[in-house]
Amino acid sequence: MSDNYDIIIGLEVHVQLATKTKLFCRCSTKFGASPNTQTCPVCLGMPGSLPVMNREAFALGLKTACALNLNVPRFTKWDRKNYYYPDLPKGYQISQFDLPMSEDGYLWISDPKEQFEAKKVGIIRAHLEEDAGKSMHDEAAGKADTRIDLNRTGTPLLEIVSQPDMRSPLEAKAYLNELKLILTYLGVSDCNMQEGSLRVDANVNLHIKSDDPHKIATPIVEIKNMNSFRAVERALAYEAIRQYDEWQETGKTIKDAPKTTRGWDDQAQVTRPQREKEDSSDYRYFPDPDLAPVITTEEEVEAVQQALCELPMAIRERLHDGYGIPAYDADVIVNQGIVAVTYFEDLALKTGDAKMSSNWVQQDVLRVLKERDLEFDQFPITVERLSGLLKAIMNKEIDTTRAKDVFTQMLDSEKDAPAIMQEMGIEKVDDSELDNLVKEILLANPKAVEDLKNGVQKAVGALIGQAKKKNPNIDPGTFREKCLELVKDM
Amino acid sequence: MALYEASATQLLSQLESGEVTSVEVTKACLDRIRQHDGAVGAFLKVMDEKALAQAAEVDRKRKAGEELGLLAGVPVAVKDLLCTEGEVTTCASKMLKDFVPPYSSTVIKKLQAADAVIVGKTNMDEFAMGGSTENSALGKTRNPWNTDLVPGGSSGGAAACLAAQMVPLSIGTDTGGSIRQPASFCGVVGLKPTYGRVSRFGLIAFASSLDQIGPMARTAEDTALFLEAMSGHDPQDSTSANVPCPLFSKTVDQPLEGLRIGLVKEHFGEGLDGDVEKAVREAVSVYEKLGAKVVDISLPHNKYGIATYYIIAPSEASSNLARFDGAHYGHRCDEATMLEELQKEKDALVAAGDELGVKRMDTPLIRMYRQSRAEGFGPEVKRRIMLGTYTLSAGYYDAFYLKALKVRRLIREDYDKAFKTVDLIVGPTAPNPAFAAGSKTNDPLAMYLEDLYTVTANLAGIPAMSIPCGFTSGGLPVGLHMQAPALEEDRLLRAAYMFQKETDWHAKTPSL
Repeated sequence: MSDNYDIIIGLEVHVQLATKTKLFCRCSTKFGASPNTQTCPVCLGMPGSLPVMNREAFALGLKTACALNLNVPRFTKWDRKNYYYPDLPKGYQISQFDLPMSEDGYLWISDPKEQFEAKKVGIIRAHLEEDAGKSMHDEAAGKADTRIDLNRTGTPLLEIVSQPDMRSPLEAKAYLNELKLILTYLGVSDCNMQEGSLRVDANVNLHIKSDDPHKIATPIVEIKNMNSFRAVERALAYEAIRQYDEWQETGKTIKDAPKTTRGWDDQAQVTRPQREKEDSSDYRYFPDPDLAPVITTEEEVEAVQQALCELPMAIRERLHDGYGIPAYDADVIVNQGIVAVTYFEDLALKTGDAKMSSNWVQQDVLRVLKERDLEFDQFPITVERLSGLLKAIMNKEIDTTRAKDVFTQMLDSEKDAPAIMQEMGIEKVDDSELDNLVKEILLANPKAVEDLKNGVQKAVGALIGQAKKKNPNIDPGTFREKCLELVKDM
Repeated sequence: MALYEASATQLLSQLESGEVTSVEVTKACLDRIRQHDGAVGAFLKVMDEKALAQAAEVDRKRKAGEELGLLAGVPVAVKDLLCTEGEVTTCASKMLKDFVPPYSSTVIKKLQAADAVIVGKTNMDEFAMGGSTENSALGKTRNPWNTDLVPGGSSGGAAACLAAQMVPLSIGTDTGGSIRQPASFCGVVGLKPTYGRVSRFGLIAFASSLDQIGPMARTAEDTALFLEAMSGHDPQDSTSANVPCPLFSKTVDQPLEGLRIGLVKEHFGEGLDGDVEKAVREAVSVYEKLGAKVVDISLPHNKYGIATYYIIAPSEASSNLARFDGAHYGHRCDEATMLEELQKEKDALVAAGDELGVKRMDTPLIRMYRQSRAEGFGPEVKRRIMLGTYTLSAGYYDAFYLKALKVRRLIREDYDKAFKTVDLIVGPTAPNPAFAAGSKTNDPLAMYLEDLYTVTANLAGIPAMSIPCGFTSGGLPVGLHMQAPALEEDRLLRAAYMFQKETDWHAKTPSL
């Protein structure tokens, strides 16, 4: 970040709601079907057809609104946004204009690495609208051709518009991560960016620092075409530098130039100007006369709030305070989703050791998921089985190093930890056996005994190595203690 | 009495008793159409074969003792803007002259369920915009009482085929008076139901918040029966009223006791034809003789009805008709020629060194939209699309559309107040009788004033009806306009029946 300016960032996120059917008809919203097979007279905008609101979509919107601390007014309505485009069959999109279903909320963001201070990002509004179709431009063989797939037309979207409260690309990314996490916890969207279930546009400009008490603001740029959160972060970083350079060159401020649109080119890692839609500002919004306004009672909103699941922010605190694991650890687990949280909690309760459980989940479980490209709910070792292994460690039946081997075996086996340990010949060494071994090793290593007597503690390492060769099942910690104990008496 | 002269109610009793078959009735209607539609031009399409097959099927069902619908075997005409699966549905527009919907409107399905026999699709003003049916791009319809005159509109074909006794029942639609004014001009009965009484699903929209489908017939009884067959809640139409549908045909012959009739002062002023006024006043005295009390009332915001209507209706139309862009629906211009012309324009601009001109040129897509719409829509439709686009534009919305919505509410409140003291509001349907074809085509404002007395019922969403109530000195039918509170169609129908028992205006027929 530069000391010369502040970056002002606001984000518009379009989320596809996880309904089975479209917003105004009963066509399937499933992704990936052959073009134009999931359509009907209503979503095709056929003359005479009429929309009927999908209550489920509204309910998901309501749930999200409550989770994002948005106010839900008693009355909301549908408006038509009129414009011509080949992927918009009615010539208008049904959206919400001046009376959205929810407004004025917020979302807390923080960084476990503390690269920025925790802050509240305002949310201006979240409203429902129908998606348009997809245009596929085929310019092969020099013959420009566009094909239209209307399967997506009418899919319910929730547009969530933030306040321009973010001050760095990192904060923007944190906002997106937290928002996505909340939406995923709520189960209102699958948030799959590749399939277009979550789309982000960013508005960004700079406030340049100067001696002048009035801020100098650069013209606002809307960035589109960002296909990952990483791309958002990079595009914003790029755009900040570009705007500063441009300002130094031209001196143009927000007063001199209207908002422009630029597209992110991920290949070249630059933003490029996009052609402005003509008269794009005049969508001739008006209330859709085909749809009744939606009335939501206070009781309905309260019921949704009551039924709301525990949200990531609260779970982080609970894991940190209730289980005593570090905030950073809690963050890692919560960011993995509710399945990971449940897994961790079950493991912690079964083993009685939260820190150890947290370590195993964060390090070993996550590593395997990453290596094998699995989702958390596909992790092959149940909590019951993993707790068996952890208990063996706690009972000193096995050391951590060898436990990792057992863990690896368990991934591709249905067997419990004790069974695998038995197969591998791992068993707890009883005290008398260990005493004998310690004595034997000490007698055979007078030099080491001498060193230990003189306080050279590291000498014990070599002894452990020798002991392990004789009996791999010994617990190194216990062995060390016994050695030091006996040497004292010698 | 010839079969074509019979009312639907009469036909049903003859069909039930076995005196006639539906095939015979349908043939009589088709013959009548064949004989006279050359001069009248009520139909855009006559579905002879399908109609006869449907009639034969109803006869078979009747013979087999199967359960039959409300209109079993009765011929019906349909205004050509109700989507009918597999049948071209044109809205009398070049835009949709080849449009074959893959689905049927709810009302068509209800007619089919009622075992009605659909004989054809009637002419109308293009997209239901007009008051004379002269805006049809696909044919001319004449008034059966005098073929030099218009039948009214937009449901001109629907009214003309009834007056010419081609069918006993005919479906119309009414956005600002499009059922009632042609009913008045053609001397038939037309009822615009309460907004939401009849499903709009499958009705190609003109102005969604005003459009209603309604029955047209020659008698009050037939109108009641027909309305009963088409009404009811439809989950596919969010604006459909979720209320039980009364059995209008069972109550229509019950006289109304202690009827209070309101006469709107403002409706008997300037611009009202003298003969029309006389007929209407005489009709009112018929009710008085029947014991009705007549009360003078005022609807102070009525005078803003036309202005309000001509903001709201075109605004909605401009959006509803956007889908007819050549890319999705409707006529598409010849692209090769269009691209060639575009290239020529570009060459000329380049040659003139007009860089800005080149930059501002249409893309081929935009030009395709523009040209397809320029070619596909007629002048009145274009006029209203432009009006509506203007009134919804940024900077004008508050002054026009929003203001119109507020006035609309005031108009509704006037009615609420009036209906506290009267049961029905009665007056002329139109300020004048049918006029000569071509006499108003160059004066759109004069044409808009045809809706003077009718638009407010659409703005308020209340039911209204026109019934024949006399003739002008020139022998043209005059319509009596009756309005009732929302969902009180029953009251209108019973009042109409009372009137028709006392008079025979509805039984008069033109000589063809």
